[in-house]
Amino acid sequence: MNDSAEETVQVTHGAGGRKMDELLGDHVLNALSSKSAGSIGLDQLDDGATVDGAGEGTLVLTTDSHIVDPLFFPGGDIGRLAVCGTVNDLAVMGAKPLALTSSLIVEEGFSLAELDRVMAAMEEASKEAGVPIITGDTKVMGKGDIDGLAINTAGLGTVDEPVSDAGMNPGDKVILTGTVGDHGMALMQYREGLSFKTRLESDMAPLNGLLREARKAGEVTAMKDPTRGGLAAALNEMTEKSGHGVTIDEAAIPIREAVSGVADLIGISPYEVANEGKAILVVDPESSAAVLDRLREHPLGREAGLIGEVTDERPGKVVMETEVGGKRFLEAPVGDPVPRIC
Amino acid sequence: MKFKFKDKERARELVNLIEKEVPDRRVKIVHVCGTHEVSITENGIRSLLPDRIDIREGPGCPVCVTPTKDLDAAVKLAENGVTVTAFGDMLDVPGTEKSLKEVESEGADVRLVYSVSEAIEIAENTDNQVVFHSVGFETTTPMTAAVLSQNPPENFSILPSNKLIPPAMRSLLELPNNDIDGFIAPGHVSTIIGVEPYEPLVESYEVPVVVGGFEPLDVLYALELILKQISEADPRAENGYERGVDYEGNPRSQQLIDAVFRKADSTWRGVGEIPESGLGLKKKYKRWDATERFDVDPEAGEEVLPNCRCPEVITARATPDECDLFGEQCTPDSPYGPCMVGEEAMCNIWYRYGGRPKL
Repeated sequence: MNDSAEETVQVTHGAGGRKMDELLGDHVLNALSSKSAGSIGLDQLDDGATVDGAGEGTLVLTTDSHIVDPLFFPGGDIGRLAVCGTVNDLAVMGAKPLALTSSLIVEEGFSLAELDRVMAAMEEASKEAGVPIITGDTKVMGKGDIDGLAINTAGLGTVDEPVSDAGMNPGDKVILTGTVGDHGMALMQYREGLSFKTRLESDMAPLNGLLREARKAGEVTAMKDPTRGGLAAALNEMTEKSGHGVTIDEAAIPIREAVSGVADLIGISPYEVANEGKAILVVDPESSAAVLDRLREHPLGREAGLIGEVTDERPGKVVMETEVGGKRFLEAPVGDPVPRIC
Repeated sequence: MKFKFKDKERARELVNLIEKEVPDRRVKIVHVCGTHEVSITENGIRSLLPDRIDIREGPGCPVCVTPTKDLDAAVKLAENGVTVTAFGDMLDVPGTEKSLKEVESEGADVRLVYSVSEAIEIAENTDNQVVFHSVGFETTTPMTAAVLSQNPPENFSILPSNKLIPPAMRSLLELPNNDIDGFIAPGHVSTIIGVEPYEPLVESYEVPVVVGGFEPLDVLYALELILKQISEADPRAENGYERGVDYEGNPRSQQLIDAVFRKADSTWRGVGEIPESGLGLKKKYKRWDATERFDVDPEAGEEVLPNCRCPEVITARATPDECDLFGEQCTPDSPYGPCMVGEEAMCNIWYRYGGRPKL
């Protein structure tokens, strides 16, 4: 076998034999350090894994398949995304994540060096979140049958009182845990090959620690992570489900100058693109100041801002008071955002 | 983090001035630029103003005003094996039978580009014929002219659908009962052409024309200047966007356009033919004209579909919400008329930002 073949994933790597053991041993198991949540974990390569300490409270289970183009982008890659995305889905339910699974689907010919980079990113994110990856699966598909690499992660957590994305009450305050649009704009800029002087980076981060602190500080009535469709889609989903309205003060929405600059330039709203390290918290008005203070003490919440309020008016709608004092609906985005050109 | 162009206090001051100057009757002010419409709706400008100020978008969306025969020509080229490159929104606009996106799904080579240079790059890397559907106003035309004057690849050509803004403004003023009290002239276009080309309009129709920028305060400032002209009965062509526009415009770009293009009568979808409102290639550059190189001369298709009120929206005689199809049978996901396709088009923008809700 020649050298170049050695450096890429081959169909035989997924065939279940010695080659597969090599792939798993050298490139998956070796890459991860936190691999068990009970007596049977990832290293045992058993048919599944056990989770201790899940007997109390309510179990929360979530799953997410991650595909992203490009696989590597400023501020992260698909590996970090796969861990953060699933950890955050648990965290915004108010759950303490206990364990993750990881299922890799790799295209034949995929560079092993790149696979190692992805696994290193998963390891780093898993350590940051303090959540082990305890079982997994690896499949190799033929060349052209899949675009590079897809990762599915499932996450298991426990919660005493789940926080839904619809639990808000009129009068509650709406908090965003940090700047808006970083992930989506970074990707958009990179993907379109737009070269700007500013460097945008994805905000991908596991939010379980931050959100645990927030809940300790006050009464959080609803939470959601504004991923695909951004702040606009998330707020509209929350108002539609709850039957209440939300008023947002645009001037109070934290945003990086570079993000709003690129947004203006390419004509895509920063409120309509994905965030991967932010959450929307709806908080009882009595404790909103305490929650905001606590968030700002955490490295991932330094730029948290109180951006609006839940109202009785216009059920299901999000009204935004703009920076010049005008009012308009913040509508959920229609389809994928495309840069304006003319 | 705050932009000085989005200052609430300053906005309030301008609105106060506007409230003082606005006459006690309905005032209809028309702009001709999708980016203006986005700024106005996105910032809720209409909700700041007295109800009797009625701001409308005229033919400011290049996608909407491109006639079906041009769209059909692009589709035909793609079907005949030519690589057709076009700006994003153009792919979705329905021609007589098909859109570029539809022929692409049938196997034609259609590429979305962000500029004409990208189309040149594609031509440099293929032996196939590459056509750039050149759509747009005076803003995008200089780039196309620059590319053509630098001896582009032999397998490259353009399908010219370029249009000029001042003749379109004139055509609106020529419509009976147009009720137009003033124009906000487009900042981007004026960067190129300057303020001077609007003077004849003011002379003929005594209507204020103020060049406006795109930040919400720029728009409010332009409105204020128009209302001041109205209250003083002193219509002029005025520059309300001095940090972006010189009175003479950009002579270099004007020369580029003049060197490569000549004025031609042109059909505006929903409006009809407007004399000297479009651009064709000069003799010297005819060899890069796709309509000369290929046999594309389709019959003019149906410009307006039944019950579609795009022609009235494009000519500032109706607002999107006055159309029965708006938001029902006609949405950005499933557009019926061209005004719902273009991201610069009034129906599309009103759908995405909720137009002028009573807030």
